[in-house]
Amino acid sequence: MLETLGVRSMNDLLVDIPQSLRLESLQLPNGLSEFETMAQVSSLAERNHVYPDRLTFRGGGIYRRFIPAAVSAVTSKPEFYTAYTPYQAEASQGTLQAIFEFQTLIAELTALDVSNASLYDGATAVAEAAMMAYVHTGRNEVLVSGYVHPEYVQVLRAFGEGRGIKVRKGAEPNKKTAAIIFQQPDFLGLLVDARQLTQAAHDVGALAIACVDPISLAMLAPPGEYGADIAVGEGQQLGLSPSFGGPHVGFIACKRELVRKLPGRLVGTAHDAHGRRGFVLALAAREQHIRREKATSNICTNHSLCALAAAVYLTYMGPYGLRQIADVSFRRAHSLADRLARLQGWEPAFPERQFLNEFPFRVPKARSVVRKLARKGILGGLEVNRWFRELKDVLTFTCTEVNDPQALDELMAVLES
Amino acid sequence: MSEPLSFELSRPAVDPPRLPEAEVAGPAPADVLGREMLRARPPGLPRLSEPEIMRHYSRLASLNYSISENFYPLGSCTMKYNPVVNEAAAALSGFADLHPYQDEDSVQGALELMWRLERALCAIVGVERVTLQPAAGAHGEWTALRMIAAFHHSREENRTEVLVPDSAHGTNPASAALSGFHVIEVRSGDDGRISLADLESKLSPRTAALMLTNPNTLGLFEREILDIAEMVHTTGAMLYYDGANLNAFMGICRPGDMGFDAVHMNLHKTFTTPHGGGGPGAGPVGVKSELVPFLPAPTVERTNGHLRLDFKRPQSIGRVRSFYGNFGMLVRAYTYILAMGGDGLSQASQDAVLSANYLRKLVEGDLDMPHEGPCMHEFVASAQNLHEEGVRALDIAKALLDRDFYAPTVYFPLVVPEAIMVEPTETESKATLDAFAGAIKEIVAKAKSDPQSLHEEPTKLPVGRLDEVSAARRINAYLQGLSEDPILRWKAPAEAPETAPQQTLQESPC
Repeated sequence: MLETLGVRSMNDLLVDIPQSLRLESLQLPNGLSEFETMAQVSSLAERNHVYPDRLTFRGGGIYRRFIPAAVSAVTSKPEFYTAYTPYQAEASQGTLQAIFEFQTLIAELTALDVSNASLYDGATAVAEAAMMAYVHTGRNEVLVSGYVHPEYVQVLRAFGEGRGIKVRKGAEPNKKTAAIIFQQPDFLGLLVDARQLTQAAHDVGALAIACVDPISLAMLAPPGEYGADIAVGEGQQLGLSPSFGGPHVGFIACKRELVRKLPGRLVGTAHDAHGRRGFVLALAAREQHIRREKATSNICTNHSLCALAAAVYLTYMGPYGLRQIADVSFRRAHSLADRLARLQGWEPAFPERQFLNEFPFRVPKARSVVRKLARKGILGGLEVNRWFRELKDVLTFTCTEVNDPQALDELMAVLES
Repeated sequence: MSEPLSFELSRPAVDPPRLPEAEVAGPAPADVLGREMLRARPPGLPRLSEPEIMRHYSRLASLNYSISENFYPLGSCTMKYNPVVNEAAAALSGFADLHPYQDEDSVQGALELMWRLERALCAIVGVERVTLQPAAGAHGEWTALRMIAAFHHSREENRTEVLVPDSAHGTNPASAALSGFHVIEVRSGDDGRISLADLESKLSPRTAALMLTNPNTLGLFEREILDIAEMVHTTGAMLYYDGANLNAFMGICRPGDMGFDAVHMNLHKTFTTPHGGGGPGAGPVGVKSELVPFLPAPTVERTNGHLRLDFKRPQSIGRVRSFYGNFGMLVRAYTYILAMGGDGLSQASQDAVLSANYLRKLVEGDLDMPHEGPCMHEFVASAQNLHEEGVRALDIAKALLDRDFYAPTVYFPLVVPEAIMVEPTETESKATLDAFAGAIKEIVAKAKSDPQSLHEEPTKLPVGRLDEVSAARRINAYLQGLSEDPILRWKAPAEAPETAPQQTLQESPC
């Protein structure tokens, strides 16, 4: 190859690099065989303690769920995971159609008009939705109502600062309000009055942004039914493992009149000269590569492969499978809550509020409870005091279809001992 | 060949999958929750059996080009082979099954991996610290600019402008604008490199940063980088490095030594985490010491072998993503770096530069080469020489698809008309490069003998060129309330179009 180029060595190709910048070598160890590589990586993995899914009662935005084998069987197909962003539509119909199906699934779940191709996570989805509201209303304040995931609010603040968007908590909506953001169920697992919050937003000309749990939508009234303008959320529960927090998938769906402000990729149908249906990236004129500094979002890479996982999961479950998952989780969580309430000194932190499958309890010495459970191999409730000063000694417990009745018994046995 | 949508395959007779029953005496939702809380009708998800699902997605997979089957010479996107050992590592239960809110003591291996990856990335790009939180390159760019804004703010300096070369990725100006900056464009000179005179005229006490990639998007090394860095720093601004082109010089030189203050990296380009059809990626950002206080929280800290997450960072720009970033991608990138080692990474970059120059040489008689070589890891050709035949860069791209190659990036960078941007990467063999050059030769010959036939390609793929203009028109009709067919989701079977296909030409890398 050097001969074809008519040069003697690699250095002849690197002549543009000033000599003073050239490195001798990288300060890194030399490479390893696959066997040695895996041995090293495995030894790191073994230094982590993995709690069995049936004994995991901690949620806080990431949940253990049954993941059908079909999900990884599809996402591990190299035709999907080693493909690039589908710029050349004719050679990317598999990815494009899968995203189109994902968009339709999310639109159906949320009962809104249009969903995009995915975002990074639930937190950035909230921030992007706030950006849409800011651009749409021309107002620069967003209100966060109630216990929205604290990390989502932190990300929202960081995003907002760049654009001069003020994030207020617990304030009354007014004429400066671009949006009210609420989470259903909230970070503690409690149900909020989504209809009333949506109405309150609309009363002042603001948008209602609902951050929703996708599995709950098999059971709960979806955002489109109560009139929310934008629905966002975290899709980890749709077939993705916890993976220490990522990669997962954010989703965002909205009403028809907001579609031009949706961030990220959108796939639509188109036809070729023979009238055959195909799929293409649509409305690209909104995006950064065309609008550059005038784009409303800089997102480029999204989370396609995770969106594919979610699509396979939702298709596997179907409407009734998903409802059963939601039902089983609901019943087990309520059964657990009843049993916890019988423990000495334990009481629901918000007894008047309803929940689905995650709920807060005020307990004596939360930290020692969690430690005791950990010693018995159980990942107990989440201490939320870390984010909310007023919630001292409050633990949120979560229950899903993976926490079988015996696992509940084991948890109770440790707590009762 | 086409595949119906899952919604079109759906059959109401399909039973839901067998799932666990509650087996406890908990109440039913309808007993507890008010009617208005509950969904009136089940969501319109498709109903398919598992065999039907598996066939559906296997057929969809067969409609894709991918690195596992095709050469992807996509300029600026670094489509190299994704080692399968990376996938095995990320799937280890000790990583995949970790809850992000476990106690620190129970996740020491994960934190150690993050810490080691950070150290390795620091060594590769020459910086002090790295945040692993950003989920993608554009996210990393924005994170870096937020830190630069916070830095100037902490010094009570009001710097409102960010300079971006005209050859930059579209994400650069978009990220700068979203960070609250005005974007000022800096022109490229005739040699394809940034014009120092134009840069000089645009630098001012208002300048917060210059965003640059080196080698630039034309694949050319900015020879005067040290002068550029000095000019930028003299005005009190910072130099930001877009890591899209990092694959050009691992082990050869480092952005930190060139004077860059903040550096983002795309783990899904340089460090072989798979692209997944458009993500997930990961976009860590490295910074020099003056920006360290502003890193997103938490950082990973290591004292006496014990690792912890540090949330107490008073000057931090805050959090840019939930939890700790795309951890699964971090595992893959770390595995790659471990397997390659310092020697392997240096070799990879040298091979990437050699491949690009070799391929450039093979096709320079067939396409215009607007800038002189040598190039680094990629080159930009132009189809201007086929103007008279009416053949455009897009036609060449589509014709390559018919010859089993994915297309290069076309119409980017914007400073080259009819741009064809080629990045072969180090993982392609000489035989593949020769075959690709042969295909270009054949297509160019066809452009001269039978240009009309090129406009009709591709003909061997599941669909021909798709009429994006007519699709856009139909979407507009929907958005304006003139039609009820949303185009952006399934509702009813689509109808055949009435007009002949047209193409939009704007495309972009990455």
